Amino acid sequence: MITMNWLNSMLVLLAAFVAVFLEAVMDLPRNILGAQVDLLPALMVYAALSSNMVTVSLLAVVGGMCFDSLSANPLGITVLPLFLVGYALNLKKELLLSDQKFAQAAIGLIASVITPAGIMLMLSCTRNAPALGWETLWQWFVMSLGGALATPLLFMMFGRLNHNLNYRPVTETTFRMDREIRRGRN
Amino acid sequence: MFKRSHYIALALVGLLTLIVLNLPHHTANQIKLAFGSLFLPLFGFSRTSQEMLARTADATLSRSELLDQNRLLTKQNAELQIRSLQLEPLQRENDRLRQMLGWQRQSAWQLHPATVLSRDPANWWRGVQIDIGSHDGVKLDMPVITSEGLVGRISAVSFATAQVTLIGSQDCKVAAIVERSGENGIINGGASSIDFSLVTLSFLPSGSNLKPGQRVITSGEGRIFPKGILVGLVAEESRQVEMGYNEAKVKLAANIGALEEVWVIMR
Repeated sequence: MITMNWLNSMLVLLAAFVAVFLEAVMDLPRNILGAQVDLLPALMVYAALSSNMVTVSLLAVVGGMCFDSLSANPLGITVLPLFLVGYALNLKKELLLSDQKFAQAAIGLIASVITPAGIMLMLSCTRNAPALGWETLWQWFVMSLGGALATPLLFMMFGRLNHNLNYRPVTETTFRMDREIRRGRN
Repeated sequence: MFKRSHYIALALVGLLTLIVLNLPHHTANQIKLAFGSLFLPLFGFSRTSQEMLARTADATLSRSELLDQNRLLTKQNAELQIRSLQLEPLQRENDRLRQMLGWQRQSAWQLHPATVLSRDPANWWRGVQIDIGSHDGVKLDMPVITSEGLVGRISAVSFATAQVTLIGSQDCKVAAIVERSGENGIINGGASSIDFSLVTLSFLPSGSNLKPGQRVITSGEGRIFPKGILVGLVAEESRQVEMGYNEAKVKLAANIGALEEVWVIMR
């Protein structure tokens, strides 16, 4: 499951780019639920549990910057909360049951709760803090639930992609030419 | 447990965040627009595929349906032409009277059409990105409208795109007036963070008594929005708030939850 190669990192970054684009153009969740689902925390869970700290850092920087560039957020405000979630998960990744669907969803839920809270906390320290109301709690709930549902799906998608795009491990056979019993006169 | 690579990554990302957050506003905006422009091919692809789908849907329309639509549009066109003919002498008269009184002449709005590319992905902001930018003459603070009413103002401009801060955002305060009663107020925020169509009209005089259905238009004060753009209708009776002024909820005329085509008022 654990793949630490450049292809996985590239796929994660590409997915972050596409995720931000989809969040910006797809109005359906916003129109139905009143909130947009954020896929970056779910992606960060996958990156932190299946990859190294370089990928986590790159995802936080690239994903965060892309998100802020299409948003009214101050540039760079999403980077640190996203990174800290990935950092904490990457530190404890040996202890987490990352192959279990339920564990993936639970970690996705926690990441999707913490990341927007961190962003709001950072925004409240800036001059242009958004107005919050009781409805914000509903939006937070939708984002968290969306993140929890998206995380196992992302694990499945990347598992399939890595399976198809990576080199297959070569299975060693016990056959050795030098140990073959030669029959006949020569 | 804590590897050296973890410390280095934490320090680098922390430092980068600090630097980026403390960049001058103009530089940060330029970097933001540069990152945003990376999405342009995807926006183009999305738009083209939507157009293709629309064309395919159009191709399935029956001839009788098209003829019905054509008849309706021809009728509407004729009505608008007659109304325009009626308005021309009134416009001339208005200009002449303004000249006699020494008032500034009202210039007609120059409108530039634009298509909405995306919405703000963050739930706590109200904004959209449109497909025209400085290349088309768009500048900061230009008002954005639809045929129904006010939408917002331009808050950032790049070469090919611009960001629009929608009405109801704290960054898009609008000086407004209630059409019949003439009471002035300011639209300074959304009334709900989920229902974008409701905004709050604040700083109304303490004795004001607005009734649902009254029209609210821009007052022209503040110099960003020209006078007379329809903002919306009063949704609930005005009520007094703690600070000694009244406020009322206004239902926006423009459907800002489903914007597709908008107009930028060029100056």
